[in-house]
Amino acid sequence: MLNRIVLVALLAGGLAGLAGSLLQQLTVVPLILAAEVYEKAPLHHHHEMGSAVSMQDATAAPQVPSAAPGPEEAPWRGYQRVAITTVATVGAAVGFSLMLLVLMISSGDTLDWKRALGWGAAGFVVCGLAPSMGLAPELPGSSAASLETRQLWWVGTAIATAAGLWLMLRPGAQWRIAVGVLLLLAPHVIGAPHPEAFASNVPAELAAAFTARSLVLQAVLWLMMAGFAGYFWTRGETAAPARAA
Amino acid sequence: MNNQTIVGQTVAAPAIAHTRAKLSAAFLLGAALVFLVGFAHPQAVHDAAHDTRHSMAFPCH
Repeated sequence: MLNRIVLVALLAGGLAGLAGSLLQQLTVVPLILAAEVYEKAPLHHHHEMGSAVSMQDATAAPQVPSAAPGPEEAPWRGYQRVAITTVATVGAAVGFSLMLLVLMISSGDTLDWKRALGWGAAGFVVCGLAPSMGLAPELPGSSAASLETRQLWWVGTAIATAAGLWLMLRPGAQWRIAVGVLLLLAPHVIGAPHPEAFASNVPAELAAAFTARSLVLQAVLWLMMAGFAGYFWTRGETAAPARAA
Repeated sequence: MNNQTIVGQTVAAPAIAHTRAKLSAAFLLGAALVFLVGFAHPQAVHDAAHDTRHSMAFPCH
């Protein structure tokens, strides 16, 4: 059973991760590269036309900027950077697929790819929408509170949201809905850690575009992971029922 | 997910506990992968996963 879960997660996460990587390179990575130019720039603003990176440039020419290396400079460049980012995205997709698959199996529900899409939507709410309410998807160079506190809030929010949705959506007593709603709200009542001041050089237009594209990318990735996971799991069940034990 | 004995392979522990252990192992493996890509602090891991962390809105920097 463990082998089969891992195999299905590798297939689902691999396919979704590869397709998601393509989408990632086309949509959000050009904005990250554009933002890095501002991240490396000194803290005063550039108003000269020549130094501003327009969104068109950013989308059309996703090259690593040739500015001097800064403290946040990624050591990966060009196609190597695309490759390592693809590895990371596929890795995250396989990991998420494993967790999603375990929860789908544990629910005891009949699985097919269409039902799995509902689980994927829930996954997106848990790991995408709910955390972004407090910690919006950010470009490099944005100001933020300390990394550890933000990571803690992100994980806590994901767990509370997952538990809340599980309580509300799984069959059971009425009280589960009330407790579920409380769990959904709790992280946002507590509030995410935020910086004391804003310090980003990145133009608001770039940041806004990035936030929107990041959320869409995450939504598509979750739906693909879940859909593929449901499809391959069901296929395995009809093809080799004995191995389901 | 039952007590059946698979041909050529016996299930040693009670089947339900066994299933739970396998499910937990798979879940933890997935969580470890997500942790590595999204949260781990070592500089090399951060650098490799940098663009993915930003793209998927994991807290970064």
